[in-house]
Order: sequence, then C-alpha cells, then structure tokens
Amino acid sequence: MIEIDAISKAYGDVTVVDNVSMTIEAGSITVIVGTSGSGKTTLLRMINRLVEPTSGSIRIDGEDNGAIAPHELRRRIGYAIQGHGLFPHRTVADNIATVPKLLGWPQDRIDARVEELLNLFQLDPASFGPRFPHELSGGQSQRVGVARALAAEPNLLLMDEPFGALDPVIRAKAQDDLLAIQKHFGTTIILVTHDMEEAFGLADRIAVMDGGRLLQYATPSEMLASPATDFVASLIGTAERPFRLLALNPVERAVEPGAAEGKPISADASQRDALAELLWSGRPALPVTGKDGAVAGRVTVDGLLKQARPA
Amino acid sequence: MRFGLNRIDRVGVVVALIAAYGLVAPFALFRANRIVQGEGRSLLSALPPSLGVILLAFSVIAIVMALLRLPLFVKLLTSLVMLAMLAFAIGSAAGFLTPEGNNYARVSPGSGFWLLGAAFALLATDCLARLRPPPWGRIAILTATVAAITFVLTSGLWDGLSIIKEYFSRADTFWLEAGRHVTLALGSLAVAAVVGIPLGILCHRVEPVRSAILNLLNIVQTIPSIALFGILIGPLSWVATNVPGAADLGIRGVGMAPAFVALFLYSLLPMVANTVGGLAGVPAEANDAARGVGMTDRQRLAQVELPLAFPVILTGIRIVLVQNIGLATIAALIGGGGFGVFVFQGLGQTAMDLVLLGAVPTVTMAFAAAVILDAIVELVAPANAGRKEATA
Repeated sequence: MIEIDAISKAYGDVTVVDNVSMTIEAGSITVIVGTSGSGKTTLLRMINRLVEPTSGSIRIDGEDNGAIAPHELRRRIGYAIQGHGLFPHRTVADNIATVPKLLGWPQDRIDARVEELLNLFQLDPASFGPRFPHELSGGQSQRVGVARALAAEPNLLLMDEPFGALDPVIRAKAQDDLLAIQKHFGTTIILVTHDMEEAFGLADRIAVMDGGRLLQYATPSEMLASPATDFVASLIGTAERPFRLLALNPVERAVEPGAAEGKPISADASQRDALAELLWSGRPALPVTGKDGAVAGRVTVDGLLKQARPA
Repeated sequence: MRFGLNRIDRVGVVVALIAAYGLVAPFALFRANRIVQGEGRSLLSALPPSLGVILLAFSVIAIVMALLRLPLFVKLLTSLVMLAMLAFAIGSAAGFLTPEGNNYARVSPGSGFWLLGAAFALLATDCLARLRPPPWGRIAILTATVAAITFVLTSGLWDGLSIIKEYFSRADTFWLEAGRHVTLALGSLAVAAVVGIPLGILCHRVEPVRSAILNLLNIVQTIPSIALFGILIGPLSWVATNVPGAADLGIRGVGMAPAFVALFLYSLLPMVANTVGGLAGVPAEANDAARGVGMTDRQRLAQVELPLAFPVILTGIRIVLVQNIGLATIAALIGGGGFGVFVFQGLGQTAMDLVLLGAVPTVTMAFAAAVILDAIVELVAPANAGRKEATA
C-alpha cells in the first residue's frame, strides 16, 4: 500500500504538485492522467525520490520513503520510462540484469531471472539476450525496458508514459501484456499517461491531475458516473462516455435468457465489443458462451443500451 | 568509341598534374658541401641513363592509369610500385651523382622527387580511403608501411643521401633526442589525461566551475609557446631552489621541465573539453534510467556515463597526442631536447638536411599516431554507435 500524504513540490514560486493526498492499494493498477505540465510525472518521481518533495510525505507499506537512502529505495521499486531508457552500450541481458547486479545477486540467479523474463515477454533468450538495444524494434525495446524494471521482483512498478513511443497496434499488445504480467506477479503498478483511452483500459483507479492538483481519484465507473469537475468530464469526452462504460464491463453482466443465431461471443469479452459486433453484423442478438464453452444465453442491442449509462 | 570525360577520375587529375610537374622539376639536388646552395638535376641527368628512361616511362604510364577509372586495387598497386621505384631511384641517384671518394658532396631529393612521391602517396591514400579498410586493416597497412621504410633504411639503399649522412654523423644523439621527444609527448599526454579527465567530470557535474575552467584553459591555449616558456621560467626556477628534491628531479627554469609543463598545459583544454562534451552527449534517458534503477552517482559515472563518453574522450586523446608530437619540437628552444634540436641546429647552420632529420621523424610519428588512434576510436565506438549488424 502506498500512502501519499499532502505532498507538494515547488520550484521557486512555481508549484508543480500542490498538496496531493491519495492511497494506492497493493496489487492494483493506478493510472495518473493529466495534460502536460499537470504535475503527474513529478508526482510519480517523488515516489522513488527522483524528485524530492517540498513538503508532505509518502509511505510505502507503512515505511516513510524519505527514511531510505534514495539509491536503495529505487532498487526496490521498478521504473520504466518513455523511450525505454535502455543503456545503449549494454546487451539486452545486461540491461535486464542491472538491478540484480546492483543488489549483488549470485550470477546463476541473475541468469535464471533474465531468461525467465525474456521468455515471459516472448523474446527468445538465445537470440535477444546478446543483442544491443539499437538492434531492437520499438516494441521489443519497450518490453526489455519493462523486463529490466521487473528484474529484481519489485512489489511496486512506476511507469512514465511507457507506451508513448509505440504505434497503436503494438501499444494495444503491450497494454495486454502488462495486464497479464500484473496478474502473474501481483505487482502494484502506478502509471502516468496523457491518454484517457489507456487509463480506462488499464486502471483499477484513475487519478486526474491538472495544474498540480489532484482533481479526482476514483474507479473508472465512478469517474464516468460523476466526474468531479468540468475538466474531468472534458478529459473523458462526453461523446465517449457510453462506450467507455460498456468497455469497462464484461458481457456476462448483460446476459439474458434465450437463444440467438450466428457466431457466439465469450462471456468475458467487453460489452463494447459485443455491441460493436451486433451493430456491424446487423443481428438483434448474439449467443454468449461461458467459460466451459456452452451457450449461457444471449445479449441483445436493447440489453446493452441499458448498460450504456450509469445505473 | 568516344573517350568521354566521365571516364576521367577527378582525384586522378590532381595526381596527374602534380606528378607531371614532378617529372620536369629537378629530381635531385647536388651540393659540393652540406651548406652551399644546391643545383638541381633533372630526372634523366640524375640517374643512370637506363634507369632514368625506365622511371620516366613508368611514371607516364602511372599518370595515365591515375586519370582513368580503373579498379581501386589496380590503382593502389600502381601507386605502391611507383613509390617503391622512387625510393630505389633516389638511392641510386645519390650513388650516381656523388663523385667517387668525395665525402663532402651532398645529394638530396629535389622538388621533382617530392612532388612525384606526394602524387603517388596521394593516389595510394585515396585508394585506401575508398577501399574503407576496417580498423585492424588500417593498423596492418601502417605496420607494413613502417616495415617497408625500415627495410629501405637498413638495406643501405639510401646511405648516399644527405639526410642519412646527417643521421650517421649524429646517430647517438638521434636516438637520445627521439627518446626525449617521445617522453615529452607521451608523458605530458598521460599527465594531461590523469588531470584532465577528472577535471572534465568536475566541470560536467558542477555547472558553475565549468565556464570558469574552460575559459581559463582557452586563454592558456592562446598563449604563444615561446611566451609560455618565458612565463614558466620564473615559477620553475623558484620551485627548483625552494622545494627540496625538486632540482634533483630535473626541475629547472629551462630544460625539459618547462617544456613538459607547457605541453601539459596545452593538452588540458582538448582533454577537458572532450570529456565535458562526451559526458554531455550521454542520452538523458540513459542517465534518468540509471538513477531510476538505483545507481549511486559513482556507479552511474563508472557504468553509464564514462563508457558512453569514452569514444569522445579518446578522440580528445588523439588530438592531444598528435598535437604534442608536433609541439614537442619547440622544446629544443629552451634546452628540452627532442627532434627540435636538429631542426633548430639545421636552421642555424642553414643545413636543410639537418632540419629534415628532425622534421621527417616528427611528421611520421604524428601521422602514425593519428592512424592508430583513429582505428582505436572506431574499434571502441561500435557498441555505442550502432555499427553492429542484427544477429537474426
């Protein structure tokens, strides 16, 4: 659990982060959203003390982060940045091994960890381990960057616009991978982005910042139902609201009894995907299959439309 | 078939013009003794008749080949054959022109020889540059060239030439001065690296001192060397008389100490500036990541900043080494020794051969140092610069 308590950062007369307090649950994904200059990156960098706060405190699992030497604190916290920040003079394997080496792990444990992570990120260790960063594509570099951040098995991972430099197709894949890896390790993730779509796609809770202040800190559905300010509402985009809400919930919650024709949809697909399929194929209803593959009922256009506004 | 202009090699035109002029300029100079004005001897009159005609014919063929767009290997071979022939010819010119049993007469290469040599050396280096040999290849070529020159020098082929006669009359001091020259150039470089790299790191880390230090070093760089020697005489004499043991180490107002200090001071600016430049060129993301993964400042410097800045720092070392080998010549002015001794003695005696005895080894050393360090810079850079091929 991370407790951010009345934290502020000022450079001279300019306050970049203004009295922000929030509590982040262990094992959750929190996305901090805001325009550039909103203070979101500064807030993130105060957690691992790349930026020292002017006032306030941050406790990680009850321990004040100001009481730990900065370099030791950072070795416990994963850190991934936009454009990956890989060391250009080190191989992929050496890049990933950076923090374990700093922590003095024995070499065989480091080797095993590097291999495990490369496999996890679908990079063949024999082929990719000895490569240099300039021999990787953008998506591969980004995966290596996240692998390096996770190398020392941190409980907490900070990510600063980690997908900013990727094209849309690779970005969607990278986001799915991140969700899978978060499930796998149970890591607490705090991610900074300016992309609201990304925030709704990944977050358990979203924090919206503007002008250094935390405007709203809520679950995606709460935020859709009642945006705290006009700025939050405009950031969500009024025309996007119903679709964002549908995207948050699985088809399972809109299943009705009855039968339907044609290709079925899985119960854990999003309601937005189901509506898109209905609209595109021109059918009034889709059969829904449960986890066992048996048909569990159907979804209808009318049923989904009822789900597309806050209850 | 029309002989189009596009079949003419542009570098070849320059080579041909220089070589053509070299053919008509005096090939060798004959002097009754070592200090009188020489009289030029043309190619045909400086060599035994058959050899003169052969060299003339080969030169004309080589000039035509230089003009045409031929495979680089063919041109390279042509230029090397010509250089070898010139080396042989100037040696036999010495024997041919010197009257039997005359120990005062001097034969030295004339402008024709130098121009022909320069033309074909230009052709050879142009071919080599276009063939783009890898770093190890360049060092191998340099080694082969040095071996060839050593062979010519030890074979006795050139023993009749004036510059070699000057060498024989000073063989013992030549190697002594050579040692001093190398000591001055390399020693001041080593001290400049030991002082300059940490100073560069300091300049990089502590912004306020950066401009102060760099401006100070810039000013030092603008002081003429003679003036710097003058400035140093006072403080070094003081040190010699007042610091116990300093005089025993050879520290005096004149001699090697001020020369060493002056070379060191001139070396500092390139060392510090390149260290600062190299460190400033380290990608901001790599630095941010290094801090973010929990490296201490010292670990970040040793593991990220210095390795990434190393090629630029090495370029600074290259600049300093080449500069020092040349500058060390003036150490002779204040009794510091080195090849400059021959240059200044020769100037004093108007004996150009003696000047060359000092100048030619200096230029050769500087050239060799540049080739070797350029190759090393390239060997070190690939991991950073992205020259390695993808493996899959």
